Amino acid sequence: MINYAKFAKFLGKKALRLIILLIFVILISFILIDMSPINPVKTYISNVVVSQEQVASLEAYWGVNEPITTKMANWLGNILQGNLGTSLIYRVPVIDVIKERFTASLALMLSSWAFSGILGFLLGTIAGFKKDTIVDKIIKVYCYALQSAPTFWIALIMLMVFSVYLGWFPTGLGVPIGTLSENVSFWDWLNRLILPMVTLSIIGVAQIALFTRDKLIEEMNSDYFLFAKSRGESGWNLIKRHGIRNILLPAITLQFLGFSELFGGAVLVEQIFTYPGIGQAAVSAGLRNDVPLLLGIVIFSAIFVYCGNLIADIIYNFVDPRIKESEEDG
Amino acid sequence: MDNTQKGSLYNPLAKLNLRTKTLITIAATSLILIVVVISSLLINSNDITTNFQAMNQAPSFGHIFGTDWMGRDMFTRTLKGLGLSVQIGAGASILSSLIAISMALVGSINKYLDGVIAWLVDLFLSIPHILLIILISIALGGGAFGVTMGVALTHWTSLTRVLRAEIKQIKTSDYVRLSERFGKSKLWIARKHILPLIVTQIIVGTILIFPHAIMHEASVTFLGFGLSPHEPAIGIILSESMKYLATGDWWLALFPGLALLIIVLLFDLAGENIKKLLDPTSANK
Amino acid sequence: MEKLLDVENVSISFIQYTQGLNQRDLKVITDLTLDVSEGEILAVLGSSGSGKSLLAHAIFGILPENANLKGDIKYNGKTLSQKDKEEIRGDEIALIPQSVNFLDPLMKISDQAIGYTENDKEKAQKKTKQREIFEKYNLGPEVDEMYPFQLSGGMARRVLVSTALLSNPKLVVADEPTPGLDEKTVKETLNHFKKMKEDGVGVLLITHDIHAALEIADRIGIFYSGYVIEIAENKDFSGDGENLLHPYTKALYKALPANGFELTKGHQPLHGEIQTGCPYYDRCDSPLEICNSQRPQLIDLGNKKVRCFKYKESE
Repeated sequence: MINYAKFAKFLGKKALRLIILLIFVILISFILIDMSPINPVKTYISNVVVSQEQVASLEAYWGVNEPITTKMANWLGNILQGNLGTSLIYRVPVIDVIKERFTASLALMLSSWAFSGILGFLLGTIAGFKKDTIVDKIIKVYCYALQSAPTFWIALIMLMVFSVYLGWFPTGLGVPIGTLSENVSFWDWLNRLILPMVTLSIIGVAQIALFTRDKLIEEMNSDYFLFAKSRGESGWNLIKRHGIRNILLPAITLQFLGFSELFGGAVLVEQIFTYPGIGQAAVSAGLRNDVPLLLGIVIFSAIFVYCGNLIADIIYNFVDPRIKESEEDG
Repeated sequence: MDNTQKGSLYNPLAKLNLRTKTLITIAATSLILIVVVISSLLINSNDITTNFQAMNQAPSFGHIFGTDWMGRDMFTRTLKGLGLSVQIGAGASILSSLIAISMALVGSINKYLDGVIAWLVDLFLSIPHILLIILISIALGGGAFGVTMGVALTHWTSLTRVLRAEIKQIKTSDYVRLSERFGKSKLWIARKHILPLIVTQIIVGTILIFPHAIMHEASVTFLGFGLSPHEPAIGIILSESMKYLATGDWWLALFPGLALLIIVLLFDLAGENIKKLLDPTSANK
Repeated sequence: MEKLLDVENVSISFIQYTQGLNQRDLKVITDLTLDVSEGEILAVLGSSGSGKSLLAHAIFGILPENANLKGDIKYNGKTLSQKDKEEIRGDEIALIPQSVNFLDPLMKISDQAIGYTENDKEKAQKKTKQREIFEKYNLGPEVDEMYPFQLSGGMARRVLVSTALLSNPKLVVADEPTPGLDEKTVKETLNHFKKMKEDGVGVLLITHDIHAALEIADRIGIFYSGYVIEIAENKDFSGDGENLLHPYTKALYKALPANGFELTKGHQPLHGEIQTGCPYYDRCDSPLEICNSQRPQLIDLGNKKVRCFKYKESE
């Protein structure tokens, strides 16, 4: 079904684009950070009292005052060796911080992504099927309201209701304080994942639900849908046979295109639930001027978003039979 | 085609037809938004007096949104914060819109530049918004300026895409080609042919950027990157409320956020309705 | 004898949004009356885009939401409600749509033709039947596994026809079956309809192809500017057209290449240009005074009907 040679060429081109993209991302990030009135040395020192000479030597050591091109060249050189530098806040290699944090975030993001995708698709289908009825109206109102609601506010409310008021879930952190990592049980971890995940899912539902609804309504007005109706097909079976299959791929594609939003949502949600993910790390890095860490996170997020878009592209180009057949014919 | 002679004006059973409803909605939302902004401007920061006698009080008739830990009335604070958010949102939206227009126009000059613009759009979309805004805020030293620029520089992408598509369509139309044959300069064509037709998209697009701009500003401020804690932006109010969550002062978080939600919803509503009015093909949905 | 299908004074209009969200009522069909008997082929002849396809959609209850349907559509004497239509469609009445676009592009032909089945047993039964009918129309088993985009023009036609006949319908409505086909396929398609007629099925043929209509229809209804203005018998389309009643029909006949290619001035009024009086007034070569101010009703002359003030009701 899939032309392997074509696919390989496609992937090759995409990989090249990614590299070029990353270079520009790094360029822009560097320029931006350089523009800022940050002095990384100050951060490193934080509150330790240090003499002027020591500050000067640190600055020389780190090349704080060197031209930006030198800085960037150095940094790029390091990257190619797999060295992203050392985090100023955590005092460990950036790559280690990212590895640990990203895994945690991935668990959060992917689970809520899947959950919101499925739930959103279901809601959208029901809303489209029952267009203009009470059910449809409720779903529409819910989605519109959700889209207008600030993510972090919803998270706050969830925290208030479920953690503070009802006490069902802990108010923060990834594992109970003070427990050794061997002793953290699966349930402990899950417990702390659930609330952020549910929050992130609730918010992500809106976009996919509305999209699915619109697409389903479009399908329901299509010629072949009408014809099927004229042949006596009706109700839920009609939708199943002719509606869902045709909107499944576009919906999935949309989900993959939403990686950027997903990441953004995760940043906020992690902050509120103090979930130790990469989002929270990014915020800390930004607030406390941890330049190496921040840069590293930016790169990783760019790769993450790129992967999502890439998968969507693959689906669009290679999986959707309607696109394929038009290419075969024409 | 004049429709007064042909066909008949049809009024459906609903007493208000869609057009009337749309106009009413636009008027109502605009009114509310203007009231909010004006009242927030009128509230001087000094009016928000601290009153340590009345700390952390739940909502009551005297203070419909309750009071905070310094005894200040939450309602006034929220209102002022909203006004601030709307102002910043407006600034960012308009700036974003201007960037989008320039980008689209530059891209319309020739194919090479169009490719450059497309590449730029991809570049800006490759980093999650929040991160980019954080980066830009840091670069510009934070504060209101940093946040506004950050939001402006991230939200021009979708409008640019829309405008580019429109312009492409217009440029390939017959009458533009004729003008070119007549020797009219590219600038003249841009002014006379292209601009009037994309005005609709620009207006609608700008209004629809508002809600996103406001929300992102609030989010970024909440995280600590935007306005300073002295300015009562909604983001600040909400981030401070987090500290008091555990003590059960629920009103500190609920009302400001709810108010923000409503403002965003109003802008969205206004934008969608204006769109329907200016572009009737979307009305039959 | 009860007519199989009786369409009485059907009108279809749409609510349209014009500039600035103003609304107007667009009448596409103003007064359509016709009937079809068992074993008869009635052709509705009208120019492309005149809205006659909507009649087919109206009969099957699949008009769009903003459509306004008035008038009676009767099947075997009983007026059809939306619910009735939903019950008999795909069963006693079948639609042959215009093109392969009406087939689901993501579903195999056989699955689509069979339609919805409750269980495997029913599916197997229907599959055998489907195979049988497809064979009759020269569609081998390989067609079952194909997707719509793989069908050639002629094959698509045959698929649409045989699919419609799967349920042994009593009434078949064919919507523009001939455009875009080569002569051989057109002949083939028309033969299918002849066969249906021989089997006692009533056929409503909606078309703009006058030759096709003359080839197989028993009676022909002429559709002009939203009205049926005449229902004539096929045999009247001969000689000098003297047996044809309405001036437009006569002009139509005379305009055929074989009959002299005579053209009449003017054109059919467009949708939305509502006249008072007879829609053909501007082009008629012998109008009466009354034709300008009053709209003529459809006069019943037995098998034939005409909408013109020059004729009086018979009996």
